[in-house]
Amino acid sequence: MVNVDTTNVQPKLKISGLGKRYGEVVALEPTDLTVDAGEFVTLLGPSGSGKTTLLQMISGLTEPTTGTLHVDGRDETATPVHRRDMGLVFQHYALFPHMTVGENIAFPLKMRGTPASEVRERVRETLAKVQLEQYGDRFPRELSGGQQQRVALARCFVYRPQVVLMDEPLGALDKNLREHMQFEIKRLHREFGTTVIYVTHDQEEALVLSDRICLMNHARVEQIGTPREIYSRPKSIFSARFIGLSNLFVGKVSDAGDGRIVVANSNGSFEARQENCGPLVNGKAGLVLRPEQLRPGPAGAGENDITGTVTEIIYVGSDTRLVLTLQDGETLSVRHDPAATLPALGDSLTYHWPIDVAVVVS
Amino acid sequence: MTAASLSASPRNLRLRANALWLAAPAIAFLIVFFLIPVGRLLFLSVQGDTGNLTAEHYSRLLHTEVYWRILIITFRIAGLTAFFSLLLGYPLAYWLSQLRENRRNQMLLLVLVPFWTSYLVKAFAWMLLLGNQGVLNRLLGGAGIIDGPLPLMYNEFGVIVGMVHAMMPLAVLTMMPVMSGIDTRLSQAAGTLGANGAHRFWMVYFPLSIPGMAAGGLLTFITSLGFFIVPAFLGGRQQTMLAQLIIIQVQELVNWAFAGVLATMLLVSALIACWIYNHLFGLASLSAGNSTTDKTSSAWTRRFGFAILEKLAWATSAVTNRFAGKSRGRLLPAYVALIVFFLVVPTLMVIPIAFTSSDFLEFPPPGYSTRWFSLYFNSPIWISATVRSFGVAFATAIAATVIGGFAALAIARSRSRFGGVVFAFMLAPMIVPRIVIAVGLFYLFAQMGLVATNLGLVIGHTVLSIPFTFVAIAAVLKGYDWRLDQAAASLGAGRFQVLRLITVPLIRGGVISAFLFAFVTSFDELTIAIFVSGGLKSTLPKQMWDDMILQLNPTLAAVSVVVLVIVTAILLVADRLRR
Ligand SMILES: Nc1ncnc2c1ncn2[C@@H]1O[C@H](COP(=O)(O)OP(=O)(O)O)[C@@H](O)[C@H]1O
Ligand SMILES: [Mg+2]
Repeated sequence: MVNVDTTNVQPKLKISGLGKRYGEVVALEPTDLTVDAGEFVTLLGPSGSGKTTLLQMISGLTEPTTGTLHVDGRDETATPVHRRDMGLVFQHYALFPHMTVGENIAFPLKMRGTPASEVRERVRETLAKVQLEQYGDRFPRELSGGQQQRVALARCFVYRPQVVLMDEPLGALDKNLREHMQFEIKRLHREFGTTVIYVTHDQEEALVLSDRICLMNHARVEQIGTPREIYSRPKSIFSARFIGLSNLFVGKVSDAGDGRIVVANSNGSFEARQENCGPLVNGKAGLVLRPEQLRPGPAGAGENDITGTVTEIIYVGSDTRLVLTLQDGETLSVRHDPAATLPALGDSLTYHWPIDVAVVVS
Repeated sequence: MTAASLSASPRNLRLRANALWLAAPAIAFLIVFFLIPVGRLLFLSVQGDTGNLTAEHYSRLLHTEVYWRILIITFRIAGLTAFFSLLLGYPLAYWLSQLRENRRNQMLLLVLVPFWTSYLVKAFAWMLLLGNQGVLNRLLGGAGIIDGPLPLMYNEFGVIVGMVHAMMPLAVLTMMPVMSGIDTRLSQAAGTLGANGAHRFWMVYFPLSIPGMAAGGLLTFITSLGFFIVPAFLGGRQQTMLAQLIIIQVQELVNWAFAGVLATMLLVSALIACWIYNHLFGLASLSAGNSTTDKTSSAWTRRFGFAILEKLAWATSAVTNRFAGKSRGRLLPAYVALIVFFLVVPTLMVIPIAFTSSDFLEFPPPGYSTRWFSLYFNSPIWISATVRSFGVAFATAIAATVIGGFAALAIARSRSRFGGVVFAFMLAPMIVPRIVIAVGLFYLFAQMGLVATNLGLVIGHTVLSIPFTFVAIAAVLKGYDWRLDQAAASLGAGRFQVLRLITVPLIRGGVISAFLFAFVTSFDELTIAIFVSGGLKSTLPKQMWDDMILQLNPTLAAVSVVVLVIVTAILLVADRLRR
């Protein structure tokens, strides 16, 4: 086929150089991001990193200082909030306390002049989708936190916005309920085929939900990629530390030739592939190793190895983690092989890893 | 509730239930000097010459048409005042509620100063503005806009202008906390759901602000019902209100029984207004600011209300869409500036007039001098009245802060089921029209020999001030974390040390502002002073009242400036301490 349907190529959202400052405070440096139709993208980062600011600029609640926003190729930077076809789910739900659940859900339809009979039908249908058929006449405060959250989702999905934005929607729920709601959100996303941009500071949540993660720090995007990419190929110390458990050896970098480099510090020198090494600043870098990449064995069994004393044994249910203290007092987390016998505190253990797995970041 | 209350020992529990005893002085005080005198006055209305029960006084009311007219006029003026105070004050309260907290506290002074400015000074200022030879008529005449003077005063127009000016600050101050309590995210949410500005306002913000409007309407209405200063000076014969009639019955006709009848009418009207309000919104929201709008309203009325609001929203969007986008944003600030001008500037007119060199109240003054101030400072009558007012206000502030403060502590610490009753009782002097309390106290004091004494004044003013000190201190205690006391105790502090080192420093701001508010309440008070002080024992407001009835003169302007300066200074201090 020569004729490519352009709507398929065009991203749903195209954010170019979008930035925000409040006087001297930079809430978000100019940022680029494209999101495809139907994609689930998560903005992940510590509090204050600019996630809400970015989301609110996409929704139109906050005016950007710089940059543009295109939806389906149309420039929507200046469109007022109520004319953007986007849904926003707030952290504390923002349900209208003076309206019943049914009236809350009917609200966006009424704003669009939907005929009354159709409003009733759609409200009932959507209430059923979130398993709240019986609750249409209740007031929000008569519902539990999880139920209120489901109403907020229903109110957002009922008018089928092309893009749904969610700002830490599960932040106020306890862990069990949160996991259940993650599942519901995924289901709604699939059923409606909506494009979702989701904000969270919880890395586990981001890993579970997202097609892609946009990792943010200090008002900037740190790294964009699939959960797998970010986990296995972090681009910075921040990325490595923020997602998953990681061991980091900071040391001097030198070229070992043959496409290999060496990171050296007082615990030894460790080799890594040049291609796994990001851009370096003044010769210092950190070698990132995930606990599960380390295998127990005698010295010399692998391409790199390290020895330490067991100082901590942590049982976390699904497996057991060991903390080794190295020569210079640094610690190393490793996964205990469930088949092997548990070591005692004070035992000296050696772990090794292949040269391919380590990533070097700065 | 909190972990603290879960872990409370049985002994602790008993202590907390008993904390209600701290309110005993306040309860006793209000029973003797508020409940009994008011009850006595009401009883006089059904008492015959020989002490028998009779309805003869009421039948006189029923059969005299002029009294009916006065009753209707009183309701009409109070209703119009409440209506216009809400209507004109709503945008100002809205604007204030949208400001950031710091800036809001600054801007709030623009409402607080008019609120605490003496009613007498305000009435005096309007007389200077609205009279036939007043500032407005001269300006309009001078500009050639009118031929003869417009009748701006001694009619209903003058009364309503003066009343709305006097009451709007109260309406704004009552509505504002409810409005700033409305979650801004709700309007944002409505926006993302497709609602434009008009829909966001009418369908989300407005219904949530109704409890504030209701509370503001109630307070302005019942305060207006018993008001007499503005109609006495700005109204004509046709605008005589109930409270004026009561004063005449007591002071000129010495007809206690009929004064009792009128007081009963006034009180019953106020209570009915409160009952309606309570039925719809619950009295608790008067002080707490959070309420449940839809507690009692049935599904049907709700749906009807929403339908109307929706129509209003569509209508408003149709209108506003015609305006250019830019000018719309300036509409509110322009309106706010206008209203603040209305609240502040008339009173400020008094200042140049106080410095006139003329013997008359001309504006603009033909020349400037300080002769009226030296007249004031050299007049033994004015100075002794001023000194008396200061002394009485100081004593009142101490008494009301201590009595009200302990009552607030009692409510905060007690979990007794009588807490609500005590709470309502402490606020009751705010609900019962002042004139009723004043006449009741006058009757009691006449028997106790307290008429024309400073003690009588202090007692009366303390009754009026207790609701203010109680609410102010209860508010800081409500936000107070009692676990801090427990923490201090667990760290080894004794009971007295906890109080001295932890509790008092943390609530000091609230206590001092309660003290200052009680001070200003007393310093400004006229109703009780009209009956209880007099002759050589006049307070400053009473002296002003007598002078204003006799003849307006520039000394009054000088006195007004002195009062303005004192009250504003106290408010600024209170404001400082609140932060
Ligand atoms: N209205 C505002 N005024 C001033 N600074 C703001 C405002 N909103 C956000 N900021 C600042 O912008 C930065 C990013 O905020 P935000 O986007 O809320 O972060 P996040 O949602 O990631 O926690 C923060 O440092 C915050 O203090
Ligand atoms: Mg945020």
